[in-house]
Amino acid sequence: MSSATTTAAHPQYEGGPFAQLPFGRAGMWWFLSSEICVFGTFMGTYALMRIAAGGWDAERAHLNATIAIMNTIVLVTSSLTIVQAHAAAEAGDREGARRNLLITVLLGCLFLCFKTFEYSREISHGFVPWTSTFWSFYYTMTGLHGLHVIGGIIVNFILFLATYRASWDLVKHRVEYAGLYWHFVDVVWIFLFPLLYLA
Amino acid sequence: MQAGAHAEVHAGHHEPTSFWRKYIFSVDHKVIGKQYLTLGFAMAIIGGFTAFLIRWQLAWPETEAPILGLMQESGFFGPDQYNAFVTMHGTIMIFFVAMPILLGGFGNYFLPLMVGAPDMAFPRLNMMSFWTIFVASCILTASWFVPGGPAAGGWTSYPPLSADPNLSGVNWGGHLWLLAIIVEFASFLMGGVNFMVTTINMRAPGLSLWRLPLFVWMEITAAVLFMLSVGPIAAGGIMLLLDRTMGTGFFLPARGGDPLLFQHLFWFFGHPEVYVVLLPGFGMILEVLPVFSRKPVYGYKAIIYSTIAAGILSFVVWAHHMFVSGIDARLATPFSITTILISVPFAVMMFSMIATLWGASIRFATPMLFALSTLATFLVGGVTGIFLGSAAIDIYLHGTYYVVAHFHYTLFPSVFLGGFTGLYYWFPKMTGRMMNETLGKLHCLITTVSFNCVFIPLFFVGIAGHMRRIYNPLQYEFLKEIQPTHVFVTYAAIVLILAQSLLVINIVWSYFAGEVAGDNPWNANTLEWATSSPPPHINFETVPTVYRDPYDFSEPGAKQDWTPQWVPSVRGVS
Repeated sequence: MSSATTTAAHPQYEGGPFAQLPFGRAGMWWFLSSEICVFGTFMGTYALMRIAAGGWDAERAHLNATIAIMNTIVLVTSSLTIVQAHAAAEAGDREGARRNLLITVLLGCLFLCFKTFEYSREISHGFVPWTSTFWSFYYTMTGLHGLHVIGGIIVNFILFLATYRASWDLVKHRVEYAGLYWHFVDVVWIFLFPLLYLA
Repeated sequence: MQAGAHAEVHAGHHEPTSFWRKYIFSVDHKVIGKQYLTLGFAMAIIGGFTAFLIRWQLAWPETEAPILGLMQESGFFGPDQYNAFVTMHGTIMIFFVAMPILLGGFGNYFLPLMVGAPDMAFPRLNMMSFWTIFVASCILTASWFVPGGPAAGGWTSYPPLSADPNLSGVNWGGHLWLLAIIVEFASFLMGGVNFMVTTINMRAPGLSLWRLPLFVWMEITAAVLFMLSVGPIAAGGIMLLLDRTMGTGFFLPARGGDPLLFQHLFWFFGHPEVYVVLLPGFGMILEVLPVFSRKPVYGYKAIIYSTIAAGILSFVVWAHHMFVSGIDARLATPFSITTILISVPFAVMMFSMIATLWGASIRFATPMLFALSTLATFLVGGVTGIFLGSAAIDIYLHGTYYVVAHFHYTLFPSVFLGGFTGLYYWFPKMTGRMMNETLGKLHCLITTVSFNCVFIPLFFVGIAGHMRRIYNPLQYEFLKEIQPTHVFVTYAAIVLILAQSLLVINIVWSYFAGEVAGDNPWNANTLEWATSSPPPHINFETVPTVYRDPYDFSEPGAKQDWTPQWVPSVRGVS
């Protein structure tokens, strides 16, 4: 049902500017437009409260930018591999799609490992979510982003398993939609990194 | 590839035969629509009962309320419980009645039919959307039974009262309230994605955007408004939940936070939300007005442009809810201007509706009576809103019953009168049987009259200085002379609630014994009337082709005064 209707624009429907837009892609973009508003709100309120409060620089200095830079590299690399997975899937290269999806999943897990290490380091230094408003924002934003990373890893892993199925026509398109989501997760981090670690 | 996909769509659309797949975990948008309607009306019983208790307390303070005694030790309730009733009344009516009925129910059922689609774009997502809001409703209902009672911070849940359990005495109720709201938003996000993709990608051949029925335009505008405005309140809800549970300090001044921030986030969502529940109601009466006036809608494109303009403007008016919250006084003027500006597109819509009636030979069937009732009562709500939009007047009126009367005059018409319009209009399509006209007209008359008897006095009560959100008006000397008005209003509210039994009787009676309706009992033009009543599993035997605008009534040269969208030539109708 949904699996079938998401495959391609349906020839029997009215055209218009979006005629060839596959259902899944259209749906994913609408979903992401709403997600942008959620993260946009967090970033906006964080920026405004930080400007209003002033003096969060000292707390920010306790963050470990090195780990964050490594995490940025990991996530950006995983964005590359999911694009390669999509390209391989489009070309009908099942092996390539499988390999790149697996690498994407592993890189996502690596990101979470770094993040967990970072959290434990901060908590052991006594910086917990209720220490101050800065730390509240830090844990809420990175935590919500982390939940999105976990969601993306699960989706990518399911697609990785699906490449072993006999029929994988539908999987090809789903790699694209999962890729859109994974890019979004990546872009959110690209914004969070300078906002939290560098500013 | 595309031919293959085509085959798969139909292979996937075999009608399920087992009870569970057909009626409970169905992916058919029509079943899901009816599930939403059932949920909405069921929650309305709880919402209506809380309204009754609120009115009881205001008319006869601190006396024993009937029925409540059956559910707890006695019918007496204190200020804490009164706050809980007010909170739950608002929350249930907005989030669990208005949205499920208008968007989930009628939107789900009729949007695919009106665009000529076999189902929603993502049927399984659609099912998940319903079961998600079902879970949210269960969470909210469960919050009545936890220690400390349900949330009591108002439906707006302003911190610091809502942020610190020690302040309100409500612990688990507040957590569950936030959880229910966040889960409910996830549900409508799924629904909104479905509405958009269905409308954009699945329109029948020939059905261009400028030939869409206005109900579809209103539904998708509402879906876009919801999807783009829900982010801030979702973020705000998460922060508030963390404030309550983790001890963070986003909204608590004592911990370095800012309570006004939540009000900004809430109303940035809250004002578009008002239009999310208003526009579908408008859409339904805009379907009904031309059909029973036998005239095309006046200013079809003007209405659509106005809808979009109102949607855009609704994102820049939110601080008019906060004129007395302590925002910077310099913000009052710009937000007054945008607020009063937003009355322009709504005036365009209202005048278009009235102009549709002009010179028509109107058929006063029940749906039309409800549509006219909606139009008239909403007009009162809209006009009184202009006063509140002006910061200078708002400062006097904001904390009074004037605001209560105003927003009930906007939401009751769109949700209930509009919802009844849609129900009486589409019931033949949904069940294949007509509703009883006599009972329907009686229902319309009593509902309209008693509603006005409830809320017109409250305008005057508000102007007289009666504060909102007080438990016992008799504690104030200057309010004592207003008390007889409260008693009258409560009697009217009881009539209003009891009158709804007429609807229940009508639905049950008509479902089994109503006159059998044909495919198109109202002689209407839009695509939902092209199929049988009730529609078959995939809606249309063959996908209809659309040749014309949705409201081609009384075409010159036509043999009959309606020309459906699926009819190629005016003279081709037999």
